[in-house]
Amino acid sequence: MTQKNEFHNYMRVQFASISQNEAFARVAIAAFVSQLDPQMNELTDIKTVVSEAVTNAIIHGYENRPDGLVTMTARIENDTVYITVEDNGVGIKNLEEARQPLYTSKPELERSGMGFTIMENFMDEVEVTSEEGFGTLVKMKKRITSKKALYN
Amino acid sequence: MSLQMDMNLQGGALIVRLSGELDHHSAESLKTSLEQAIEQGRCRHMILSLKHLSFMDSSGLGVILGRYKQISALGGKMVVCDVSDAIYRLFEMSGLFKILTIEKDEASALSSLEVAL
Repeated sequence: MTQKNEFHNYMRVQFASISQNEAFARVAIAAFVSQLDPQMNELTDIKTVVSEAVTNAIIHGYENRPDGLVTMTARIENDTVYITVEDNGVGIKNLEEARQPLYTSKPELERSGMGFTIMENFMDEVEVTSEEGFGTLVKMKKRITSKKALYN
Repeated sequence: MSLQMDMNLQGGALIVRLSGELDHHSAESLKTSLEQAIEQGRCRHMILSLKHLSFMDSSGLGVILGRYKQISALGGKMVVCDVSDAIYRLFEMSGLFKILTIEKDEASALSSLEVAL
């Protein structure tokens, strides 16, 4: 077996918990994942889930405080991308409830409650760990189909 | 990369054309502008054209749902047109496609309101 097609890469960015950085996180993840030559819709999916996770960190994790830090990492292993978005905010009291479609802890903010549902629909795997008072970590995984042929 | 909006009143319908990216950051100012337009009675119905919207996430769903509720409560109609495949999937996932009127383009959105205008 030749290992010629093995491809690994990693990146980590950290940014302030302000809403301007939602667009920054989308641009950063799109640029990184572009190395896998994804299809347009795959790239849109990944930008959307990152936008959801970063928005959650800002609104819910840090409750709109601008002095928090959001950490995003991405790892490429051949045709699969692993993304994490982490905050050191207030954490989620009830994860099961938070992941329900249309559930929102802040109805006054006109949130749709679709963040986790979108992540689960657009990614192959989503894992959320959270501890009250310590923060939330979202881990997501997606196989990029357009490169599948190379690694079969 | 941020959100731009252009409003144009035709009959009793306010056509709102969005371009750029609609996320949590840009949702707030869009909400305020649309809310004001509805409150000031500038329109009875609203047509939201997403033709040049290059990105939208669940924050956009929140704003659209909020304005739908607001305008429906006043007896008006809300029509969304030129919806990309990506955004349509969000409408499907959230069930919003069941309550919103979705039209192909501005012309069909306007004619769908013809009776109501």
